[in-house]
Amino acid sequence: MDLKSLRELNAARAARRAAILLTKISDGSARVIREGDEVGGELDAAIAKAFRSGASGSVEADGKSWFLNVHLPPPRIVVIGAVHISQALAPMARIAGYDLEVIDPRTAFATSERFEGVSLHADWPETVLKERPLDAYCALVAVTHDPKIDDFPLKAALDAGCFYVGALGSRKTHAKRVERLTALGASEAQIARIAAPIGLDIGAASPAEIAVAVMAQIIGAFRSRGLAGRGGDA
Amino acid sequence: MEAASSPDGPLDPLDVAERWKASGRDVALATVVETWGSAPRPVGSHLVIDADGNFHGSVSGGCVEGAVVAEAVDVIGSGAPKMLEFGVADETAWRVGLSCGGRIKVYVERLG
Repeated sequence: MDLKSLRELNAARAARRAAILLTKISDGSARVIREGDEVGGELDAAIAKAFRSGASGSVEADGKSWFLNVHLPPPRIVVIGAVHISQALAPMARIAGYDLEVIDPRTAFATSERFEGVSLHADWPETVLKERPLDAYCALVAVTHDPKIDDFPLKAALDAGCFYVGALGSRKTHAKRVERLTALGASEAQIARIAAPIGLDIGAASPAEIAVAVMAQIIGAFRSRGLAGRGGDA
Repeated sequence: MEAASSPDGPLDPLDVAERWKASGRDVALATVVETWGSAPRPVGSHLVIDADGNFHGSVSGGCVEGAVVAEAVDVIGSGAPKMLEFGVADETAWRVGLSCGGRIKVYVERLG
């Protein structure tokens, strides 16, 4: 690998963009591949698969040996609402290896005492997400129950192509939410991506149990990115 | 807590490699390209090495790094990449084997 490729790769990683370093084993020459780039020949299928799975590996293609090193941004969970569920979700996410941050403009909820050691923003989502935009490697979890706080980040998450978008609330609450998001310009296909009611259906009752259901649903969504219909073989 | 831009923060081997190279050091990069059985570090893991044998990162749990560093110093000198293979089936297992019972293939190349 030359220094220019290394700089390009490190810049992509720092900007939270997916990249593959494609190395030709015979001479060590390398190039940085971004999602959507085509190199031609038999490699394209292997590259597309590597971006989906996130798995690095060796490939034989076009009579040569290659190594594909996949660099996907670390998944980041953005929770809207410094509520009881979020207090349980934060340590679970840490254990599972996901970055997590909590946003809630209600300063009575967003206190460091309630969220010790958690990245916490006591501010409106509109303000925080301007500084730290959502991307395809983010999961958005909206759990305030308050349209004033939840609606903007939900729409922003759908537009950013977040790999997971979940919203707390009954089916009735969600029906009203769908009306509001439609009015904000969300398409039917976008709205269909929202997990609502939030969490895997495991009959979760307590806030901690709901957090388990949400964390499991996020993991499922992350591990099956672009693999709709795949079985649970992760 | 800032979102980690590099999986290993400031100690990320690829960031270290860029800094070392930028400061004028000759650098080799070792990468785990294949694993069989139980292996301590996944495919894609890096060890960065300079011409004096300083190193950063890991390709195993510390079992074979010494051997990789020695080969890397040669690679920096010659410029020709090398594929190394380590496993317990090897007679030299006590010296540079993997006590976990796995096998790994490590690609070593000169950077730049």
